Amino acid sequence: MHMALWQSIPFACILLPLGSAAVTSVLKGKGARRWTIAVLLAEVIGAAVLAVLMASYPESYPYRMGHYDAPWGNMIRVGQLEAITAFFFSLVMLLSLLGGVKKLDEHVVAGKHNLYFVVMLLLTAALMAQVYTDDMFTAYVFVEIMTIAACTLIAARNRGKSLLASTRYMIMNSIGSGLFLLGLILTYGLTGHLLMSNVHDSMRQLAMTGQYDIPVTVAFALITSGLAIKSALFPFHTWVPDAYGSTTPASASVLSSLVSKGYIFLLIKIYCRVYNLDIVAEAGVTNVLFVFAIVAMIMGSIMAIRETDIRRMIAYSSVAQIGYIFMGIGFGTEFGMMAAMFHIFAHSASKAMLFISSSALIDASNGNSSLKDLQGSGYRNKLAGIAFTVGALSMVGFPFLGGLISKINFADAALQYQGHHMMLALAALAISTWLNVLYFLRTMMSIYSKQGTEGITYAAKKNNPALVVSLVAFIALNIALGMFAQPLIAGLMRGLSLFC
Amino acid sequence: MAKLKHDMSGSRRDRLGHWLMHYDSALDEALQSDYDDDTAQEAAPAAPAVQHHRTWEKKKAKHVNFYQLVYRILAALMCCGIIAFLLMTAMQLPEFGNAADPANNEVSRRYIEKGMEETGAVNIVAGMILDYRAFDTLGESNVLFIAACAVMILLRIGQGDPAGALEEEAHDRMTEPKHDLILQKIAQVLVPVVLLFGMYVIMNGHISPGGGFSGGAIMGAGLILYLSAFGFDKTEKFFTFKTFKVVSVAALTFYAVSKTYSFFTGANHLWSFITPGTPGKLFSAGLIPYLNLAVGLVVCCTMYALYTLFRKGDM
Repeated sequence: MHMALWQSIPFACILLPLGSAAVTSVLKGKGARRWTIAVLLAEVIGAAVLAVLMASYPESYPYRMGHYDAPWGNMIRVGQLEAITAFFFSLVMLLSLLGGVKKLDEHVVAGKHNLYFVVMLLLTAALMAQVYTDDMFTAYVFVEIMTIAACTLIAARNRGKSLLASTRYMIMNSIGSGLFLLGLILTYGLTGHLLMSNVHDSMRQLAMTGQYDIPVTVAFALITSGLAIKSALFPFHTWVPDAYGSTTPASASVLSSLVSKGYIFLLIKIYCRVYNLDIVAEAGVTNVLFVFAIVAMIMGSIMAIRETDIRRMIAYSSVAQIGYIFMGIGFGTEFGMMAAMFHIFAHSASKAMLFISSSALIDASNGNSSLKDLQGSGYRNKLAGIAFTVGALSMVGFPFLGGLISKINFADAALQYQGHHMMLALAALAISTWLNVLYFLRTMMSIYSKQGTEGITYAAKKNNPALVVSLVAFIALNIALGMFAQPLIAGLMRGLSLFC
Repeated sequence: MAKLKHDMSGSRRDRLGHWLMHYDSALDEALQSDYDDDTAQEAAPAAPAVQHHRTWEKKKAKHVNFYQLVYRILAALMCCGIIAFLLMTAMQLPEFGNAADPANNEVSRRYIEKGMEETGAVNIVAGMILDYRAFDTLGESNVLFIAACAVMILLRIGQGDPAGALEEEAHDRMTEPKHDLILQKIAQVLVPVVLLFGMYVIMNGHISPGGGFSGGAIMGAGLILYLSAFGFDKTEKFFTFKTFKVVSVAALTFYAVSKTYSFFTGANHLWSFITPGTPGKLFSAGLIPYLNLAVGLVVCCTMYALYTLFRKGDM
């Protein structure tokens, strides 16, 4: 089989950050920063080219990593869904890093910046591998890298709270990895395969004969709960506010918008490619996820309302939004998966922007992060204020922004689903949206009210160019997601049909 | 209304609601307040921190204890349930060592029957991890590297504060163990043997059981033994932070570059100069011995680095 050169782009997207990570560790801080940004830029361009080319490519193609064919050697698999996801992930990664890069001078100990960039690059490589891999064990190896990288990103801000948050993150995520690994081992023992398509065939056979019924279900439950813990689905969300709220803004936005989404993407991949969607739905696993998701949507919003610290509030809002995504998976239909995938994009675009812009607003308020101290900060830093407003409106579901489209998608998915899921999902959507409005409106009101700011002198801070670029690009991305959603939705639908 | 509110607060239902809403446990709150105090003290070194702590204990200790008890009982019950469920699963798994097991399929058959011929490695485990599934192993060696980076971010001292680092180092030298004659004599005999054996395990990894991960661990242990016996004065003569950086970066870069070549030629069905060679020879099995060496060096350096970072915060 002959391959065109462009078909090696995914391979380059994984190997480039992986290989350059080691080199970055010997560069000095500034050189490491430039090098990392250059690598991420190359990733974005490569992924964009691939996404465009895949749109007209008739099918997905396997790409073997080495000289041996699939079940013996390692293999990655490239389709439209993977290409779009990789493009989005690398873009958000680049913009988050640009937005938070100046704050690193303040938050990370001088002389350790290059290590921070090493971790960022390895995280990028792991995310890309997660997106493209077709092998369950490869997925686990890169889950490990992601876990350690995320811990390091939290602990990079050297102060007590972040260290505590990082420890807690590590404990919860190690449990998640452990469960995932256990499920993986059981799956291998039952099927003798690690390659997803082969596991799929064996699973199908097992489902037909009814052999090993209980172990299959348990393996499935272990994988699901492991990945749910790692992506902070509601009852497992306790590490979220500290982790996202206490670390440096670049880490917070990468963690909330990419790391947890990487695990969800892996879960979707396993549901579609290893088990079949109809087997999953038949086993009732999606119903369980659906219930947790509904609770998450409402409880996350309630906890966000109770919070007065802006960054912790945004973190709790993430819990609710993860609930939305799991609700999409919980429908157990292809359209539900599409809604979940779209919300992964919409949420990562707006949540990363919220973290970056809120950190700029905090800077404009003498470093205080409570809602009361933030009063009037929208006037002191206009661009950050606008960015925060756009992000909040997108979360709430304002027209022309990505959030609205994903809410419509979820409602659509619910309406297509006959039965009591529909009413429950619509009610939860309505209540959660209403609660979202409550806390985001309150935040916006405090940002744009001048009350109580008399007599306080604020240290003037100018926006650095990287932050401006990042915020403007994020605003554009959110508007683009809202205005030109149709081609993206069509692409996702096509990608999913190739994927499953 | 006010009376109603007064009656509600402190009632069992209110506390239950409180517990349901606040997932933070008492321990977290204590730690949190500790850290808040720390940060507050940095700003203004006043002393009300201790008192603040005491009032917390008086006020909350009672119901905190109760809920911790409930929490523990629930956790124990939950664990028992999960254990029972997993045991039930284990009973139903395919019997170990049965020829008809699903795991005994064409995948493992090809590894066993054709592994030596295709990879040139007599040790088929080495052939599997460094040739058939080299991509996974590339990721795995980066797991070690990122772990070393994480520890360095957390523990390496003297970055941005050279004076403090010097002081710390002087302090470390003082508390270092004094010359222990027994340890030194035994280390003198053992360390060369251990290092040589580690090297043998690495370089013979494709012929006999062993390889980069195990051999690197042996060599790292030898270095740590040497350090414990003779102190940093001796080890710094041949192993500093710079050595660590050069060796691990060179090894990882070699691994990444050589595997990029191998993956690319493999995926595109191109000719590559890597051949299996004669199985059993020291220089055979294509890239495997060199990859073993790279992995071994990374493992060795990482082990030694983790030890020194935990011991004195630098190398």
